[in-house]
Amino acid sequence: MQRTVTKQVKQLDRVIIRFAGDSGDGMQLTGDRFTQESAAFGNDLSTLPNFPAEIRAPQGTLPGVSSFQVHFADHDILTPGDAPDVLVAMNPAALRANLGDLPAGATIIVDTHDFTGRNLTKAGYTTSPLDDDSLAAYAVHPVDLTGMTIEAVKQFGLSRKDAARAKNMFALGLLSWMYGRPTETTIAFLEKRFAKVPDIRDANVTAYRAGWNFGETTEAFVVRYEIKPAPMKPGTYRNITGNLALAYGLVASGVRSGLPLFLGSYPITPASDILHELSKHKAFGVTTFQAEDEIAGIGAALGASFSGALGVTTTSGPGIALKSETIGLAVMTELPLIVIDVQRGGPSTGLPTKTEQADLLQAMFGRNGESPVPIVAPQSPGDCFDVALEAARIAVTYRTPVMLLSDGMLANGSEPWRIPDLDELPTIDPGFATSRNHGAGDETEFWPYLRDEQTLARPWAIPGTPGLEHRIGGLEKADGNGNISYDPANHDFMVRTRQAKVDRIAESLPPLEVDDPSGSAKVLVLGWGSTYGPIGAGCRRVRNAGHQVAQLHLRHLNPLPRDLGDILKRYDKVLIPEMNLGQLGMLIRAKYLVDAVGYHQVNGMPLKAAALAHAIADLVSEAEGHEAPLGVWGETVVKEHVQ
Amino acid sequence: MTGLPTPGLRSGIELVPTADGPQTAKEFTSDQEVRWCPGCGDYAVLKAVQGFLPDLGLRRENIVFVSGIGCSSRFPYYLDTYGMHSIHGRAPAIATGIATTRPDLSVWVVTGDGDALSIGGNHLIHALRRNLNMTILLFNNRIYGLTKGQYSPTSEPGKITKSTPMGSLDHPFNPVSLALGAEATFVARTIDSDRKHLTSVLSAAAAHRGTSLVEIYQNCPIFNDGAFDAIKDRDPSAASVIPLVDGEPIRFGPDGSLGLVRDQATGGVKVAEVADLGKGAEDSILVHDSRATDPTTAFAISRLTDAGFLHRAPIGIFRQVERPTYDDLARDQIAAARDQAAGEPTDRLNSLIHGSDTWTVV
Repeated sequence: MQRTVTKQVKQLDRVIIRFAGDSGDGMQLTGDRFTQESAAFGNDLSTLPNFPAEIRAPQGTLPGVSSFQVHFADHDILTPGDAPDVLVAMNPAALRANLGDLPAGATIIVDTHDFTGRNLTKAGYTTSPLDDDSLAAYAVHPVDLTGMTIEAVKQFGLSRKDAARAKNMFALGLLSWMYGRPTETTIAFLEKRFAKVPDIRDANVTAYRAGWNFGETTEAFVVRYEIKPAPMKPGTYRNITGNLALAYGLVASGVRSGLPLFLGSYPITPASDILHELSKHKAFGVTTFQAEDEIAGIGAALGASFSGALGVTTTSGPGIALKSETIGLAVMTELPLIVIDVQRGGPSTGLPTKTEQADLLQAMFGRNGESPVPIVAPQSPGDCFDVALEAARIAVTYRTPVMLLSDGMLANGSEPWRIPDLDELPTIDPGFATSRNHGAGDETEFWPYLRDEQTLARPWAIPGTPGLEHRIGGLEKADGNGNISYDPANHDFMVRTRQAKVDRIAESLPPLEVDDPSGSAKVLVLGWGSTYGPIGAGCRRVRNAGHQVAQLHLRHLNPLPRDLGDILKRYDKVLIPEMNLGQLGMLIRAKYLVDAVGYHQVNGMPLKAAALAHAIADLVSEAEGHEAPLGVWGETVVKEHVQ
Repeated sequence: MTGLPTPGLRSGIELVPTADGPQTAKEFTSDQEVRWCPGCGDYAVLKAVQGFLPDLGLRRENIVFVSGIGCSSRFPYYLDTYGMHSIHGRAPAIATGIATTRPDLSVWVVTGDGDALSIGGNHLIHALRRNLNMTILLFNNRIYGLTKGQYSPTSEPGKITKSTPMGSLDHPFNPVSLALGAEATFVARTIDSDRKHLTSVLSAAAAHRGTSLVEIYQNCPIFNDGAFDAIKDRDPSAASVIPLVDGEPIRFGPDGSLGLVRDQATGGVKVAEVADLGKGAEDSILVHDSRATDPTTAFAISRLTDAGFLHRAPIGIFRQVERPTYDDLARDQIAAARDQAAGEPTDRLNSLIHGSDTWTVV
């Protein structure tokens, strides 16, 4: 018989939870469901999946640990959080692998089921940490999640192994109770996902409900937490990952331009999900071609562009290395092409499932010859949608390959996304050439390299257009008629013209918006890509501590916006945080002769707000000529928010 | 030899718009000066193609030639069609994008033995297995010409070149065997100097719906002169050409004194003196059937090509069979998806990006 337990309800303004388990334990799914529940509830949120490159590393070992961190709040937040408030550890290895990230006082909910001799040894424990005082600094809740799951689903007659597999749903149910998450979406999800296997479906739903009920009735948990919905700009929202937003942005680019979308791609982590997603959207005229290699992927995409489609290729850093020669051909043939690099840890195979932004200089310069390529980068998962459209706009308008630099954190991380009104999206006009363009009377010819005066773009004349038959290729072109030319003066002119065309793109960019609330900051923090959230959070900490700092984030890396130089000169100090060893920093210093300072972290993980706040405060102190103490805003976990 | 597809099956060019009236070779000739070495076999192939294209009867603007890098890859510049002179080895990949997106184009790839079989080997075999609707002309001169005379992946072993002063060590590819191994649906071999045969093979290749691989023996007068002289010897006593003509017994040599028969010992095919075959000789000589579904016999015949210096080679269409093409299937999937989708693209896009879990903030 169950007793009624009186539960306290505490108000929090934000919580960071990390679910950690073996890579076969379903932690990504658990985190994803908790995220969906939080999104549906109306919290702002940001997520950080973290998993090994191995599909199933040896069970119970440290390398096999997979985790999913979700930060949700009653106000607008920018990052998945520096350190978890709550760790859910499904086995000894998951506890050990994540303990170092926990601040003192953090809550640990641990599945005791696997804290036995062999599993402890595999995780490197000689004695159970649950039995000694090594976890004294934390609020530990040892619960036999697996045992209770098996008991709860007994009625379905599953094997012990299959029954135990539902333990992630038991854990999800418990946490959903603890944080007052709505349950309907997860139950609907489970019913759909396992519709064809009723036993498994029922076991998962039952385990989920059992987890919730356990929280409700047990004396082990006496506090529930309430995190109110966050105020957000009016609109309709959904939760979205960067790869999904990118895929949708590409579909939207096809619809807005009227061009059939052609993706040539070779599977690679962490970009493959874009290929998977686009392969579902054939009804939009999307062709997805899984090529024999990276080179064929981009080759086919370029061929499709030559034929009048919107050619796209998706990959990660190693794939870009292989595609370089074809990108050069696209520069020379001046055809629209979108090249998407979802960056991961490098060099070489590097860290396939971790994030990094160290491909900027590869995108910028990684080709033979003077080979300018426009570069754009999204700053958040939802922003991937807009940046995909921007890449398409530039590619089509200027007849050029465009590099889009996403990264592992954007690709797999998610956030609430205000769904745009389609009428507000840019229109992209292919403007195919339809008639000859040179000479008069009967002597007219088609010159494939005669340029638009404003954009310097050449005509896009696609096969099937009578009278415009022409040949293009990788050899240098004569200005205008496009015939092969080895003339020295012509080559010099064409090299400069290709550069000038890319530089002209800057004329089409909106003015930069500097976030400088006081208008009197002396320090500017400049960033690009997925560091937007951590930099913003770092700046907020510095401002909360009473100091002034400005933030500017670049969407266009090549060409750089025309007003950037003037903005940089307005500040005494410029800090450029990057997940590399200073690649944007090198470009900025070279181009503007600004003594920008770098902040570099290359550990495969996103930058952390607290560490950034210290780096910013140091520079503020230098610029202002006095100390710039951060107080509590310099601590990893800022306790102030607990109401 | 028939250049027509089997009745009832789709032709390689059936979706390509036809010309309004008769065309001339001149119309297909661009204003660019041809820059191959004097005496190069490429001239003969160019002339043959320029002469053949008007007979194909397609609109000039619906023909695309794509090439890689090498001497032969300059080919597109000399034809007044659409064309792309791309990068080394990648022409089949680029042509894949063209053929998949545009059923109304006649797509041709011009490549060489280095371009197609060394740096581009991967793209070649995958194009062949996918069976995209395009024709690949593989100019095989068994040498690297544009880089001035290194051995190629089809050079005979022991070849003395600039990069192999003591002789090359590599065993060569037989392009026809390779293509058949990749399950190509159309595989043929012809010679630059035999315009009539070349044209007939081009005609059959264009009519074939799928990837047609045409190996063209092509003489390089500068770096590998005479590599195919034995094959070009019209004296039947040389018995160098094994002619493959559908429906006919495969006989060659003086008065047809040689023939191809099954080799009972190996399961392959061998050359036999017809006179030695005795009674029933006619029945034991292989009758060529390029449309045999099983590629085993075609492969066995292809093995009769000399790997070393060329003294003998089968010439003609080894194989032409029907198999659905990748590009048709890809377009069919899109058409099927479109048929099932209701509403305007913009409405469907709106519904797509909303998904199933949304919430509204007012």
